[in-house]
Amino acid sequence: MIELADVSYSYGGGELLSGIDLTLAPGSFHFLTGPSGAGKTTLLKLCYADLLPSAGRIGMFGQDARAMSRDQIARLRRRIGVVHQDCQFLDHLTLAENLALPLTVAGRDVESEVSNLVELLGWVGLTAQTEALPPQLSGGERQRAALARAVIMDPDVIIADEPTGNIDWDMSLRLLTLLIELNKMGKTILIATHDLNLIRAAKAQVATRVLRISNRQVQLAGADL
Amino acid sequence: MSVLAGLKSILGGDARADRVVPPTGYTARLTVFTAGAMAFLAVFAMALSLATGRLADRWGSELARSSTVRISAPDGQMAAQTRAALRVLETTPGVGTARALDEAEQRALLEPWFGPDLPLDSLPIPQLIEVIEVGEGYDAEGLRLRLQAEAPGAVLDDHTRWRRPLIKAADRLRLLGLISILLIALATAAMITLAANAALAANAQVIRVLRLVGARDVFIARAFVRRFTLRALAGAAAGTAAGMIGIALLPQASAAGGFLTGLGFQGLHWLWPLSIPPLAGIVAFSATRVAALRTLKGLM
Repeated sequence: MIELADVSYSYGGGELLSGIDLTLAPGSFHFLTGPSGAGKTTLLKLCYADLLPSAGRIGMFGQDARAMSRDQIARLRRRIGVVHQDCQFLDHLTLAENLALPLTVAGRDVESEVSNLVELLGWVGLTAQTEALPPQLSGGERQRAALARAVIMDPDVIIADEPTGNIDWDMSLRLLTLLIELNKMGKTILIATHDLNLIRAAKAQVATRVLRISNRQVQLAGADL
Repeated sequence: MSVLAGLKSILGGDARADRVVPPTGYTARLTVFTAGAMAFLAVFAMALSLATGRLADRWGSELARSSTVRISAPDGQMAAQTRAALRVLETTPGVGTARALDEAEQRALLEPWFGPDLPLDSLPIPQLIEVIEVGEGYDAEGLRLRLQAEAPGAVLDDHTRWRRPLIKAADRLRLLGLISILLIALATAAMITLAANAALAANAQVIRVLRLVGARDVFIARAFVRRFTLRALAGAAAGTAAGMIGIALLPQASAAGGFLTGLGFQGLHWLWPLSIPPLAGIVAFSATRVAALRTLKGLM
């Protein structure tokens, strides 16, 4: 589905990632961990073609990311749901409009998708906040809303960058439960986090693969995780 | 996408897609004001261009249809040479009428320079013959040769040396008017490009989010292009209306007023300024689209 082969990424004369090999198989659940500044976010961005590698090959749904046009990359992003730590909403749009944004940019008829939207808001527990603006939501609500937006296009892969970074433990577990549900529905999940308790909680419920970035390389984490 | 198809989609619009870009303050006002001011100036440049065009045509046609034969001869031969010249002119194809000016008419011509008490009898004033052309006009060179043979003192003046610089001046003015319109269009494009770039820079985060959720460059560009095109159309419509009212309030053309009072639109020429708002829209559409796509390509 997404495959990185001998991928390196350099920026400003320095090499941030070197010789990365990583395969995200359909239905797999991955955690990516490592110290701050190790390159977790950079690796995630490479996985959804927000960055292109300096060397190596990134295969995305059978296509080479470097050979794709900008339009192809845009269309490919509709198959990958991304959840950021800071959520990245448009603050002038309501929650419902933000959730429908992927449908809008894809040219889909939002009116005909209202039932899906309502169902999704119920799934993340935000039915009452439909008309709220993003700044009016709490951290946990924003994270769940970001997850809802990430899945509205029914993507094959969900990539989350520190999704529990700004929320309490109870809310983190609630979000994790939603991600595990999605994985059980066949979605591929890749989560970057430094929260080891979250990883342990996930491992207790689902088969996961934990990767650690260290010294510009990706390795399987030890058995303690 | 062609400009026409692009404009069609812009006028059609998608309110939901429009809302993805937040409303902006000063760039919106700047675009409307710029388009309005430029359209106002364009109306005057167009009026100047059309008025000088009419002037060139009028000078050209009026002077081209008449000419003068001037006879300078000793007293005893003046009448004979005048008759001979008139005979030649009457039998020349392309000459409608040929008439020798009488003493009173010649005095009237000289009066502005020499005053009313000019003693014409004591001065060697040449005899003038007014020639009016018909159809395609006469062959000036052939007529000169025939006059030279029949009336050696006759000199044909077909006004070419007067007409040419006047028409040239009027044509230059018309060209200057057209260049002004072109420069106005370019300045409008430049200012709208700057405003669009400012709006794109101010909305970098919006663009980032849109790209994150799979928006293609054309979708993002369209949201900005539609906004700027509609603003330019609105501003240009207001500017054009103001310019046309200004032109309509100018004094009417009159012979006494000369060129300045003829600076305006006449007849169907009043329809010409109506082309300014759609042209401003096309300029805004093209300028914003190029600026937006170039900016978006610069982003990963």
